[in-house]
Amino acid sequence: MSLLRLENVTARYGAAQALFGVDLDLAEGEVVALMGRNGMGKSTTVKTICKMLPAEGRLIFDGHDLSRLPSHQAARLGIGLVPEGRRCFRDLTVAENLIVAARPGPWDMDRVGALFPRLAERRGQRAATLSGGEQQMLAIGRALMTNPRLLILDEATEGLAPLIRAEIWAVVARLKAETGLSILVIDKSLKELRQVADRAVILARGRVVWSGEMAALDHETSLRHVGV
Amino acid sequence: MTRESFVNLALLTALVAVPLWAWVAGEPFTITLATRAVIFALAAVGLNLALGLGGMVSFGHAVFFGLGGYSMGILAHHAQNFLPLYDGLIVIEGTKSMPVIWLVAIVVSALAALLIGLLSLRTSGVYFIMITLAFGQMFYYFAISWRAYGGEDGLSIWVRNDFPGLNTLAPIQFYGLCFALLLAALWLSARIARSSFGLVLNAARQVPGRVETVGLDGQRAKLVAFVISGAITGLAGALFADLNRFVSPTMFSWHMSGELIVFIILGGAARLFGPVAGAVLFVAMEHVLGDLWDHWHILLGALLLVIVLFARGGLIGLLAGKARNHD
Repeated sequence: MSLLRLENVTARYGAAQALFGVDLDLAEGEVVALMGRNGMGKSTTVKTICKMLPAEGRLIFDGHDLSRLPSHQAARLGIGLVPEGRRCFRDLTVAENLIVAARPGPWDMDRVGALFPRLAERRGQRAATLSGGEQQMLAIGRALMTNPRLLILDEATEGLAPLIRAEIWAVVARLKAETGLSILVIDKSLKELRQVADRAVILARGRVVWSGEMAALDHETSLRHVGV
Repeated sequence: MTRESFVNLALLTALVAVPLWAWVAGEPFTITLATRAVIFALAAVGLNLALGLGGMVSFGHAVFFGLGGYSMGILAHHAQNFLPLYDGLIVIEGTKSMPVIWLVAIVVSALAALLIGLLSLRTSGVYFIMITLAFGQMFYYFAISWRAYGGEDGLSIWVRNDFPGLNTLAPIQFYGLCFALLLAALWLSARIARSSFGLVLNAARQVPGRVETVGLDGQRAKLVAFVISGAITGLAGALFADLNRFVSPTMFSWHMSGELIVFIILGGAARLFGPVAGAVLFVAMEHVLGDLWDHWHILLGALLLVIVLFARGGLIGLLAGKARNHD
């Protein structure tokens, strides 16, 4: 059953149109990779799903029409965002960053701490003093604390050291295998995306130019639209 | 005990010891100065909830200070002149009772903060500053034109209002009341800062527009904080009017709003005792330097420059170090 469905979604930044009738479907328990070159509408699509940007068209999440909901209510339906650039609450401690987002469900401080032992070790430390990788873990942990049904990872491995990237990808794989969480992942690492994603949707100039099983994505298509 | 707790305790001790000394030594003017400082501190503690914790730079908090003042002025004016406040289906009399006046000041200020906040919080940054300033000016000019309550000349209250069991005309007793209310406001601020509501507010200040993506309504948290902030500043206004036994439109003026911000910057924004330290320093400078030089505000300006450039944590930051220490 479809958990998230976008039908003919358009969005604009002032006079500049960024999305031109995007369709996207994500089933319960599915991992979908949203791909494309820079500036093609990936993050804009995420912003429309999270209601951070007004959009036209239909946005349905778990049977609820998102179009009239403010951002915080969309999140409360179960959309957990790990935003691009991490955006941790820098002056709050690790524990406070997690507590502030907590909503009822299986994910709590202990479970997030088990997933990211480094965060558990640094519970009392200010987020601003964490390394980039640790902040990324905190951003993922914070999104999990909302007990989402859909986790959106927007460039979650961008700018991180290879070892940390591997750690993040291992966590994504673990979330898929152990929890069956639906995940929409935006990234440029095709190799890792091939390992975790069931399907891919490729955007170019604000339009879906390819959509299908990840295994069916051939090298020529990815090179043309994604650059790798 | 952290260094900041020690500094806070030292400040509180001084606020108890100095007026007691002045009482024993027969120096009522010193007690009045301390009362002024404590009332300003209370008003700034209110503003600090909005500015320090919520990041809302309100340049219109004089509205609530003035509303508190006029709540006291109007109620006491009707009571002292034996004129009913409202004479229609029911008769509403004025009052000289401080607790009733405080309650009215708090409710009126909170309602005004709700309305102003609902409109102002649609904006942010410099627009928020300007819209709150505009509200301040609206109230200021309204008070000037409100002839029934003194217009530009203000309103005098002959005798200080009453508090059960106390002689409020005795400076030390009135000081004790004001100090107790300051302690209550500090306690409330500390509770709010440590609560989950305080965390939401803090998060909303740090990453505006993103706190919603974790399911939190940052705007509502800001509005609630703004209302509590306005109510506390309104209570301070009622006390200030009682201290001077006089209210005038200057309580609404943008100078007043600016001074409240100055107290916070001097003492340290988002520090629990920052507004207290700032208000005490301001009143001390006003008294000591003002006696020496009419243009003492130039020195205040220079001090503000030094603090903004070299000591952003204000006086508390200078004495106690960085804002938060985590292991």
